[in-house]
Amino acid sequence: MTRRVAITGVGCVSALGNTAPEFWAACLAGKSGISQIGGFDMTGVRFQNGAQAHGFDASRHFDGKQLIPLDRFAQLAIVAAREALAQAQLELTDDERSRAAIVTGSCYGGKTSEDAGFAALYRDAQPRIHPMTIPRLMANAGASALTVELGWQGPVWTVSTACSSANHAIGQAFWLVRHGLADVALTGGSEAPFTYGSLKAWEALRVVSPDTCRPFSKGRNGMVLGEGAGMLVLEPLDRALARGATVIAEIAGFGMGADAHHITQPSAAGAARALRLALADAQLTPEAIGVVNAHGTGTAANDVTESAAIRDVFAGNLQDLRVTASKSLHGHALGASAALEAVATVLGLQAQRVIPTANFLERDPECDVPLCLEQQPWDHAAAVSNSFAFGGLNAVLVFTRKLGRPQSPVPSLS
Amino acid sequence: MSESVSPEVLERVLRTLAETQKLPLEQVTPEATFEQLNIDSLDGINILFALENEFNINIPDESARLVRDVRQLAEGVQKLIYEKPAPAA
Repeated sequence: MTRRVAITGVGCVSALGNTAPEFWAACLAGKSGISQIGGFDMTGVRFQNGAQAHGFDASRHFDGKQLIPLDRFAQLAIVAAREALAQAQLELTDDERSRAAIVTGSCYGGKTSEDAGFAALYRDAQPRIHPMTIPRLMANAGASALTVELGWQGPVWTVSTACSSANHAIGQAFWLVRHGLADVALTGGSEAPFTYGSLKAWEALRVVSPDTCRPFSKGRNGMVLGEGAGMLVLEPLDRALARGATVIAEIAGFGMGADAHHITQPSAAGAARALRLALADAQLTPEAIGVVNAHGTGTAANDVTESAAIRDVFAGNLQDLRVTASKSLHGHALGASAALEAVATVLGLQAQRVIPTANFLERDPECDVPLCLEQQPWDHAAAVSNSFAFGGLNAVLVFTRKLGRPQSPVPSLS
Repeated sequence: MSESVSPEVLERVLRTLAETQKLPLEQVTPEATFEQLNIDSLDGINILFALENEFNINIPDESARLVRDVRQLAEGVQKLIYEKPAPAA
């Protein structure tokens, strides 16, 4: 069984706002959510800026007792999921509920709770830490809480592949629905990485910008950490059309692979291979793609290798392509990033617009891609969203607009 | 044989329990069972943690498992307070 897969709901929480419409408005406006990191003492940290979800108020979404076992990353996942589900207006039969899937991504899991507990033990010499530390820190905490809230009993798991987590999650959820292993799926990712300990770890890796994220720009000087969650509701296109649901876009393909090269240095060949695998899975040629939502971290290494990969795969249609790097807006939310980028990409397909890359200074000849700097109407039938994780794990999704995927022959893999 | 619980200890146990469970204080009476207060096993763990911090005691797993109501809980806490070694001079 192979079915076309529709996206009928999206939700997100990020530095750009507490809902998908707020997120999208900020994306269109090119309004970056990067600002001074708050919430704890940043003395002694070399960078001071991040993309925190400052507007997120957990008490608006949960009562005090509900919050006890929920780390911030799980709270974000649940709130984004509720928004996506409210938009999708799913009404599941008991049988569908028994097979409904949830696949989430998170790099860190409940780092906030773990860090607080360990600070109490190691630094403050407290004799004990909070008993909910384990349930809070498990990476599947958000997914598991959602099963309880929704009564969904199908395949549920969480993927942790650093910065590619959410693309790996969405891709696997897509395959579950496409091949009939689940009738509906909720998928995405969430991350809450702002703890003193993890910021010091990032500082030590020397990849974080002291000011802001400038993907593909000359003068870029690193990534900027972000937080948030993005969630999508997937169901077979036929099911969505039969019940009169609004189809935002389709997922048409997923490709993943490993560089097998280096623990932190990216590989253009590995990125290109994942792109080609995703196109093959979607049965599309590169010419069908109008927008690339790049991994675009703003680090020296990523943007050069990603540019090379894009130029390689899309050599024949660079003039008809626009590349955008939304991490310049919502920051690098690690395991949630790809989910935020998926939301941006599908809303772009729905609106037939391409969103700007913020904070750009000047062209870098080593990053020679057709970068979008101002939002614009952009007629495109398909878009890809790239994620290339530390550890060389690449995951690429292909989305198509709801009118139907463009007809094109299956590309050959070179 | 039950331990006699000082009014001060009882009051602090009730308050800790109410705060942890997000319940109105008047609902948490010494006679209430955990079942009546809708306290499940996970809630119980949170309550034990809060009581350990409140009284600076260590509640052993085996004695915690036997407690079923608020009075037993307060008695157990009182017993641990009595048994606590005096602070070093």
